[in-house]
Amino acid sequence: MLASMQTATPKIEVPQRKSEAPTTEDQRREAKVAVRDLDFFYGKSQALHGISLEIPERIVMAFIGPSGCGKSTFLRTLNRMNDVIPNTRAQGEVLIDGHDIYIAGTDVVELRRRVGMVFQKSNPFPKSIFENVAYGLRINRVTKSSSELSGRVEQALKDAALWEEVKDRLKSSALSLSGGQQQRLCIARALAIRPEVLLMDEPASALDPIATSKIEELIFDLKKHYTIVIVTHNMQQAARVSDQTAFFLLGKLIEVNTTEKMFTAPNERLTEDYITGRFG
Amino acid sequence: MDKHRHLDDELSLLRDRVLLLGGETERALERAMFALTERDTAVANEVLDNDDRVDLLEVEIDRQCIDIIALRQPAARDLRFVISVAKMAPVLERIADHACNIARAAIDLNNEPEVKPVHDLSPMAAHALSMLRAALDAFTSGDAELAREVIKSDSEINNLYNHIFHRLIELMVTEPSTASRDARLLFVAKHLERIGDYVTDICELTVYMTEAAFIKHYHQRSN
Amino acid sequence: MMTTLTALCTFAAVGILLLILAYISWRGVGSLSFRFLIDSPRPVGEGGGIGNAILGSLVLLALASALGLPIGIGVGVYLSEIGSGRLAAGVRFITDTLTGIPSIVTGVFVYAIVVLPMKHFSALSGGIALALVMIPIVARTTEEMLNLVPHSLREGALALGAPQWRVTLGVVLPAAASGIATGAMLAIARVSGETAPLLFTAFGSRFFSYYLDQPIASLTVLIYNYAISPYDEWHAQAWAATLVLVTLILGINIVVRILTRRRF
Repeated sequence: MLASMQTATPKIEVPQRKSEAPTTEDQRREAKVAVRDLDFFYGKSQALHGISLEIPERIVMAFIGPSGCGKSTFLRTLNRMNDVIPNTRAQGEVLIDGHDIYIAGTDVVELRRRVGMVFQKSNPFPKSIFENVAYGLRINRVTKSSSELSGRVEQALKDAALWEEVKDRLKSSALSLSGGQQQRLCIARALAIRPEVLLMDEPASALDPIATSKIEELIFDLKKHYTIVIVTHNMQQAARVSDQTAFFLLGKLIEVNTTEKMFTAPNERLTEDYITGRFG
Repeated sequence: MDKHRHLDDELSLLRDRVLLLGGETERALERAMFALTERDTAVANEVLDNDDRVDLLEVEIDRQCIDIIALRQPAARDLRFVISVAKMAPVLERIADHACNIARAAIDLNNEPEVKPVHDLSPMAAHALSMLRAALDAFTSGDAELAREVIKSDSEINNLYNHIFHRLIELMVTEPSTASRDARLLFVAKHLERIGDYVTDICELTVYMTEAAFIKHYHQRSN
Repeated sequence: MMTTLTALCTFAAVGILLLILAYISWRGVGSLSFRFLIDSPRPVGEGGGIGNAILGSLVLLALASALGLPIGIGVGVYLSEIGSGRLAAGVRFITDTLTGIPSIVTGVFVYAIVVLPMKHFSALSGGIALALVMIPIVARTTEEMLNLVPHSLREGALALGAPQWRVTLGVVLPAAASGIATGAMLAIARVSGETAPLLFTAFGSRFFSYYLDQPIASLTVLIYNYAISPYDEWHAQAWAATLVLVTLILGINIVVRILTRRRF
């Protein structure tokens, strides 16, 4: 009886996720950012060891790892923000759309226009809300008329889900906004120049849960148009917002995987120990 | 690298509970079969009385799992352990329910004269019991290999069931006077066969827990 | 105990300040009149005023500010934003040393390198001397104010593709503007009370003048000259001039307070 039932039941084919990577849909997309054998040095001390990683277009990738593991340093190599720090050196390739951003003659200003960044602590300029968002447009001479400028500012504020809250007080100081609003203003400021990649360095670490969830919802919406890389200390946040997760430890990339796999069954023992809080 | 976590205490408490439930289930099956083969109604009643305890344990495990997920947000192997336990507890409880049904059948049969084929059920019961024990061992030690073996051995129970099924049908035809008793035995056999399936579920959970592999509906159950 | 002690100290400090202000007012107010403020000095017994000294002081302050503020702020920006390593450390040490140099030394120095070649005292040399006193003060306050601007603000601008100079001019300096303005005003207030650097440079004058290559009067030098004179009338006028000077400095400080009320 049982045997006959079994033959009658068609086999259910559940597509099994490959552990090494990304869903089939992700694989079809070209890597927006590809890093090959990247080493990074602060003076003589090496902060990153041979990082190789591909970030597909229009996904959210989260970097996790304990403090000082190099995840922020790595994030900042993607728009060469580390150049600002004296005595630093990067070795290896960082390709964005196939072009190495570390070769001589790279226009760093142009690079940063394409790879935007949002910082841990919200850092609005001591200017009006409008001027904050317009800043990037002005310095890059993106807009030709003032109506075009205000159009772009409005769009950026809408994209950052802040427009409704500030549309009546664009002229007031950015510093009069709440912490969460300030952070969304900084996101709007980054979005205004329409970057292709958005780097976020612990964007919600200083915010309360409600403001945090707004930022997370925003990240979810933004990935339709942008490739987003987010560094976070909050593993639940990585789990909530990202498609892929990369785990760093002591300047090395330990594992990259789909976020689902990472949080249910990571490949590496070290990842597992970190994710389950077994790290001493 | 390892450090002690409060979560570890909670997980080990959960493990103790589920093993306790496993033990109760195992005993219920063993005693029910004893009541049937030895015609001991008192033991059968004992099995039925003990079922409340089993139900209570299941509810308790359920609540503990929910609490841990809600409050501790376990991840990776911790998450797989909690999920496995949460899915395993109702399965164990259902095995215990089948044991109760066997105990009820025993009480009914004990009020009537003995029928011979009762003893044909013993090897099947023994096999179901050893499967259950092995499954609980595999779970306790996180032994996915053993769990896979147990899953394979389920076909043996199915074979035994088919054999008993045909024999009882034959008896009902040749000796219609004992047909109602034979029918009861047929149900007991069916219960044992179902228990084999439930043990298979437990083993699948063990494989998921240790290897994060979904083998449900995949493995070959063909004879 | 602690509270009482500190309260006593505070009371002493504030008390002394109020005492000085009250005493100056009491001694000075008698000779004060509108004529006194706009008239030029006359010989003893004929009254006269300090109008030329007020104008002279303002000219000297304007000159000193025009020379000292840009240079001072420039040095501050260099120290905070651009310079690093030994060179910056050296510059920082030199500005600190300059702050400590007695202002009479500055006066003598300017006398040697400006007044002697020009062969006469001048408003310009006085302005240069005051500027030299201002530069290190402005430089260090500017540097400190710029250092208070969070690093994240610079990174935020750089991340938007702004070049270094735009970050400094468009973001960092405006963010520190009120602080730098405070430093500048305090430096002005400080030099407006200087006498020593002016003795060998602007020298003083008994007439209205706004020619930069001529000697020019100033409140401090006038007070100094009148105070050491043997005439009671001039003593009284010195007190009145002191009152005017103190009021001027007080006024500058009030302006500073208003300016530093942050707009953003």
